[in-house]
Amino acid sequence: MAHFDPNAKPFSHKWLDERLAVDTLQKVLSTEYWIPKNINFLWAMGMILAATFGILLLSGIFLLMYYIPDTKLAFDSVNHTIMGEVGYGWLWRHMHGVAASVVFLIIYIHMLTGIYYGSYKRGRELIWISGMLLFVSFSAEAFSGYMLPWGQMSYWAGMVITNLFSLGSLNLNGLVEWIRGDYVPGQAFLGRFFMLHVLLMPLIIMALIVLHFGTLRIPHVNNQDGEEIDFEEEAKKWKAGNRKESKVIPFNPVFLSKDVFVMSIYFIIYFYLVFYHFEFAMDPVNFDPADPLKTPPHIYPEWYFLWSYEILRPFSKNAGLIAFGFAQVIFFFLPFLDRSANVAPANRRGLFKYWFWILVVDMIVLTIMGKVPPMGIYTTIGTVAAWTFILLWAVLPFITKMEKPVRGSK
Amino acid sequence: MSDRRDFFGKALGAFAGLGALGALYAAKRTWDPLPSVKAAGFTTLDLSGLSENKLYVDKWRGKPILIIKVAKNSKPNEAPNGNNKNAYEDPRLISVGGHKYMIVIGLCTHLGCIPDYFSDKHKFICPCHGGQFNAAGEVLKAPPPSPLVIPPFKITGNKVVLGEEGPEYKKLKESGLVA
Ligand code: HEM
Ligand code: FES
Repeated sequence: MAHFDPNAKPFSHKWLDERLAVDTLQKVLSTEYWIPKNINFLWAMGMILAATFGILLLSGIFLLMYYIPDTKLAFDSVNHTIMGEVGYGWLWRHMHGVAASVVFLIIYIHMLTGIYYGSYKRGRELIWISGMLLFVSFSAEAFSGYMLPWGQMSYWAGMVITNLFSLGSLNLNGLVEWIRGDYVPGQAFLGRFFMLHVLLMPLIIMALIVLHFGTLRIPHVNNQDGEEIDFEEEAKKWKAGNRKESKVIPFNPVFLSKDVFVMSIYFIIYFYLVFYHFEFAMDPVNFDPADPLKTPPHIYPEWYFLWSYEILRPFSKNAGLIAFGFAQVIFFFLPFLDRSANVAPANRRGLFKYWFWILVVDMIVLTIMGKVPPMGIYTTIGTVAAWTFILLWAVLPFITKMEKPVRGSK
Repeated sequence: MSDRRDFFGKALGAFAGLGALGALYAAKRTWDPLPSVKAAGFTTLDLSGLSENKLYVDKWRGKPILIIKVAKNSKPNEAPNGNNKNAYEDPRLISVGGHKYMIVIGLCTHLGCIPDYFSDKHKFICPCHGGQFNAAGEVLKAPPPSPLVIPPFKITGNKVVLGEEGPEYKKLKESGLVA
């Protein structure tokens, strides 16, 4: 039964707790959310992602004050107004561009960490799936943002990517024109991608981050040995003062301080890039205004889309689209394609160890091949790497089915 | 009592569902191309005075139009798919005033980049994924699955109007040569 102490001072701790249950909230969400001790800096990547999303939001708000979503004005509003006239406008633009690029590096590290340690199994399937939804949403967010400066790369990337929706021989040109609101990318196209980039996608991403955190709460994070920890038992030890014996620490303030340490190093590197090496995140071709009558000599997506783009390239149109679609969705199914019950680091898991490292190398090769022109030996390497990617996923259920139980896991 | 609640629940659900469908439809229509965008655009090409084997570019409905007055000998220097016949003999060319022209929408049928014309090789090469076409717009090398598309046209004297279907266009269309 609700009880309100008439003598509690407004906004005092007691007053707030009676109305908002702040004590319970704080316990559930932070001081009694238990984190295993047996983890390493790779477990800080999630919080780094959350912080980088914060940076994107903040810098984006400032850019939004001067950006104009009009095909005639957009290019100058970015390249003249924001970069030249607005005080510190360049800072927001470079922070936004660099963050948009490095966020994908961190996402890939975060995903590969999850794969390496088997953190998508035994109660953690929804963490993985919500994470993949975040990956797809971030991709949509990055793509829609890339359209906004209305430079040559914006225009032609917009052309090529929206054409994917004609779905090859199905020739759904009506669908493509519907997505664009025009026969070719134009004002209607810029307007709707602007809306997606500054409102709808950020809203979806924020909702998904809440979901992602929610899916983590009950299974808790995994650890370096994939050990199944009795969190209640270990928490009791901690609370009883046996901090040395307990296998866990509270998220706040103990674990958070470690997170903040890794984040600080990350931000030192990040701001170094923002101030001294922002150019890697700015494609020179996009400093030419969009020209519907001239395709740039060599077009390619931003580095983080290259691996899946390269899976599209070596095949004929229809096969390429199928392969590309496959690459987009296959990671969602990882928790169900991995048939082994082992939750353990890949290097203790027999053939899966090789599977993991071949996947990593293959994705790097695909990324490099996606950047070079589609010619001669590059086409051959690209084709082999694309087939390797597909075959890896085809063999995954079989090699994991054969896997022997790892000592210590059930 | 629970029947009543059931009924109200269903009625509410039905109305809310109708409203949601209506909202979805409105949202779909909002994304549709505007009438001003769809209103057919026409472009008139004047073909007198073009030089042979040189690429000319015009624009129709925002899309690039590629025009070549095809030379008598327009064999591609090399055709990875074996189709290295002389483009001048191609039935897709449009005859105007005793000359043959390639008039196509300049968007690669793979994913829509504009292919570059190399007049010495008598072929187009697409900058995006390396597709190739001959001087009549036929595919010489994948990934593009089909020839460059011929827009609807009508011949009047030495001029060609794009956006209108003349008898020559209809004939090509019937023989399945426009796309
Ligand atoms: C882009 C926004 C994302 C944010 C803000 C985010 C945030 C977080 C946070 C804070 C954690 C807990 C700490 C940690 O283990 O690092 C976490 C865990 C996890 N995330 Fe993400 N994440 C994002 C994207 C993804 C993606 C794309 C995937 C992969 C599909 C993913 C899969 C996972 C998994 C499997 C865990 C559990 C790790 C474990 O149990 O050891 N997340 N995430
Ligand atoms: S768009 Fe021309 S080959 Fe892909």
